[in-house]
Amino acid sequence: MNRLAVKAYELRQNVLDIIVSGGGGHIGGDMSSMEIMLTLYNRMNVSPDRLKDPDRDRFVLSKGHCVETLYAVLADKGFIDLDEVKAQFSRFGSEYFGHPHNTIPGIEMNSGSLGHGLSVGVGMALAARMDARAYRTYVVMGDGELAEGSVWEGAMAAGHYKLDNLCAVVDRNHLQISGTTEQVMTPGDLHARFAAFGWHVIDVADGNDVDQLNEAFDEAERTKGMPTVLIANTVKGKGSAVMENKASWHHHLPDAEEYRRISGDFAARKEALEHE
Amino acid sequence: MNKIANRAVMCEVLKEAAARDRNVVVLCSDSRGSGSMTSYAEAFPSQFVEMGIAEQSLVSTAAGLASCGKRAFAISPASFLSTRSYEQCKVDCAYSGTNVKLIGISGGVSYGALGMTHHSAQDIAAMSAIPGMRVYLPSDRHQTRKLFEALVKDDQTAYVRLGRNPVEDIYEEGSVPFEMDRATVLCEGTDVLLVACGEMVKPAKDAAALLAAGGVSAGVLDMYCVKPLDREGLLSAAAGKKLVVTVEEHAPFGGLGSMVCQVTAGADPRRVICLALPDAPVITGTSAEVFRHYGLDAEGIARAVKGALL
Repeated sequence: MNRLAVKAYELRQNVLDIIVSGGGGHIGGDMSSMEIMLTLYNRMNVSPDRLKDPDRDRFVLSKGHCVETLYAVLADKGFIDLDEVKAQFSRFGSEYFGHPHNTIPGIEMNSGSLGHGLSVGVGMALAARMDARAYRTYVVMGDGELAEGSVWEGAMAAGHYKLDNLCAVVDRNHLQISGTTEQVMTPGDLHARFAAFGWHVIDVADGNDVDQLNEAFDEAERTKGMPTVLIANTVKGKGSAVMENKASWHHHLPDAEEYRRISGDFAARKEALEHE
Repeated sequence: MNKIANRAVMCEVLKEAAARDRNVVVLCSDSRGSGSMTSYAEAFPSQFVEMGIAEQSLVSTAAGLASCGKRAFAISPASFLSTRSYEQCKVDCAYSGTNVKLIGISGGVSYGALGMTHHSAQDIAAMSAIPGMRVYLPSDRHQTRKLFEALVKDDQTAYVRLGRNPVEDIYEEGSVPFEMDRATVLCEGTDVLLVACGEMVKPAKDAAALLAAGGVSAGVLDMYCVKPLDREGLLSAAAGKKLVVTVEEHAPFGGLGSMVCQVTAGADPRRVICLALPDAPVITGTSAEVFRHYGLDAEGIARAVKGALL
């Protein structure tokens, strides 16, 4: 049994509860990026006891709308209180709203407007180099986000400065709010595009597989002289047939029947993983 | 005539700061020459980051560096910095609370005949509208030094607009009256108050002299701190005057004039006239030609004051 793989389904249920409590959320991308964030937070050098440690690894959720998963993972790692998030999400005056901000413990940068995070990560990685610190910087982006030109400004700078302490992850779930990424704006050969900007590119066949992600992050750490990007092939809405691969679930509030079915699917997959 | 541009003074202050503090970092967008930062880049290569012609990435990267303890100065032409990377200034600097100083060089109509693409006549309005963003337009090189000496020490984001060309001295080296976020009273007057910022301070001061010769007593306020506007300084200087006149190298909306009106309308209602660039692309010419054309030189300001007092 893979403990983290099981945990991913426990946290999916927490994300579902957060979203239902708050009256809606970006559930499709939350589900596709769950294993990416969970895997990272179980290997990064971060701790709620050392929030300002200059040697901590840095994480930027450039696709900030998937904050519900970040909340669930941060709560699991002890940075924030899950019950408080569930009770407060999107409520009047709440600290917990629909995009990350850095007054919440464990969140480094405010995000939500797409296309900023990679260049922010470039700055963090440059700072590590200037200060001869060994921390690594991770940036998670969406595949729809890659249409933002500023992403490629950041990609260019990371390649130019050969930032091997920077690792980007593309949550390649193939869907965005209006349809497939191919219908909306062709992302083309992402492997070739990042490689052309001077990146080491790792295609993760199943970006919802914790072991495959860990292997890829290991390879990224071993890669010297260039930044690494993981093209993590994921499933939007991963975890329940009710929402998998459905663009209409990009942002959604499940009704009572949907909640019951999704919750049941999560429990069934969790149980199956427990017996693997 | 002074030959030292304000941007050159910025470079000197940043070199002094970088020598003291290795966390001082300068970023440019293929703009080290325009920013007079070439000698900095040569002297402190490990505290200089070239981002290429990519203003959005310039600002985000500066914010990433600042989030890791750096005192980041992102230096880029004001026209591009204040609009191309506006959202990065809003989200990555002001909203995220990072210590990034955004330095808009060749501001206003400094680039003259290069045209509207290169003019920044809306940067005060744009930057002032961002919660948490401070906006400074120093007048001469001596005030620029004082401002940058203060900015290298503080921990919050700010936007500074600098002109490209040397401007005549207003203050005397060694005795520059400067208090952070407090306007400087250049001269007292009884009839009219002229409020100016940046390159318009000098013509405003000269206009006061012209007006004095014609029997009109005008005070002049150097409001280099456009945001936070020195409200108390303004109200104190405006008290008892028949007229307040604002002068700025900026479009007529959302700049110094608008902000002065907001204060006076609410606290001390009185007549204010706002002298500014037009709500249109600016005519081709040097800064001096442009200012003269729109009545933003000393004679034009004096003329407007006399006309308003009739």
